[in-house]
Amino acid sequence: MYNFDVEKPTSIADAVKALGREEAQPMSGGQTLIPTLKARLAMPSVLVSLKGIAEMQGICTDDAGRICIGGGTVHAVVAKEAAAQYPALAGLAARIGDPAVRNRGTIGGSVANNDPSACYPAAVLASGATIVTNAREIAADDFFEGMFATALDEGEIITEVKFPIPEKAHYEKFIQPASRFPLVAVYVAKFADGVRVAVTGASENGVFRWTEAEDALSGNFSADAVAGLKIDGSGMIGDLHGTGDYRAHLIGVMTKRAVAALA
Amino acid sequence: MTQVKMTVNGKAASGDVEGRTLLASFLRDNLKLTGTHIGCDTSQCGACVVHVNGEAVKACTMLAVEADGADVKTIESMANADGSLNTIQQAFQDHHGLQCGFCTPGMVMSASALLKDNPKPTVAEVRHYLDGNICRCTGYHNIVKAIMAASGQDVSALAAE
Repeated sequence: MYNFDVEKPTSIADAVKALGREEAQPMSGGQTLIPTLKARLAMPSVLVSLKGIAEMQGICTDDAGRICIGGGTVHAVVAKEAAAQYPALAGLAARIGDPAVRNRGTIGGSVANNDPSACYPAAVLASGATIVTNAREIAADDFFEGMFATALDEGEIITEVKFPIPEKAHYEKFIQPASRFPLVAVYVAKFADGVRVAVTGASENGVFRWTEAEDALSGNFSADAVAGLKIDGSGMIGDLHGTGDYRAHLIGVMTKRAVAALA
Repeated sequence: MTQVKMTVNGKAASGDVEGRTLLASFLRDNLKLTGTHIGCDTSQCGACVVHVNGEAVKACTMLAVEADGADVKTIESMANADGSLNTIQQAFQDHHGLQCGFCTPGMVMSASALLKDNPKPTVAEVRHYLDGNICRCTGYHNIVKAIMAASGQDVSALAAE
């Protein structure tokens, strides 16, 4: 690792101020960023740790019935404390990485990084969640802008993510056992006014909504409704773990399994 | 350099570290607690698992400055007060839960975190919990058996697969 200064603000306001320093980089749980720094793929001058900000911790419910998760909340806490209210989301959090990673990694870090194979972006997009930052609120549909790209501005921090709770939802993950990221995973959320389907791990543009499956499932919520749908393998990630066509095929399989689990 | 202070294995510890100093490096290089192993450098192997404020974390994926003020427990704290092996360590010995032993500190620290939360896990739960601990001798079966035995469950039926 190249060396850097570390700042440890205890409020969002101080964090934003610290991020104004030249070549500053926010760090939440660091479970992706520290390995990245070790590989010398990033060289910030200042690392601003968001871990000590109490106002970004924990889970509550707002007046609209949404479950609101502080940006600095670790996966292990979401797995435990969201289980009663939003079991699909808690189940997703319980299967990210491994137990030690879940004790450090945070929802804000995962969503801000927008790794094309990360779990949380699928839940955020399929649930139609709202991303709250120090500056504004951003709808999930406007937030994810491609592989590792989001609507966040320089120095903008995710302070909270607000999830509307679907009637039912399920996250089906085909795990890549070495990295424990999904090779492909699909999050299906059924609301009173329609179904949302988000796919992670597959596209070169990162997480996306599979609108054909949403239309089919909104009319007929059964695995049969999506059985005939095909996704084109071009534009899908192809690597040593699987070709683009293989990932495209997995999207259909994971979607069917997710719907079958809810039927 | 920044000064960090923390409690390590019940004793006050402090030292001067760079921003980039990992908790694992601080434990090994500054405090000479070399039981915490660094196996992979990619946050995957789990040989460096320690407990920070009671939670299992990878000491190679946390900065020493982030542990300032924390209560840290390493493998060196696991033996009983009289120096004898604790229940989990003894079970690893009894059930041949280690071969080369490199992964063992992390395995024992993860096992200890698991049994604190879930005192009577199933075999499947043990295997799931050890997702982030890699044994390159591939001695997983006896590691799982040792943890089941340490939880006080009968392992006589757990034949080698």
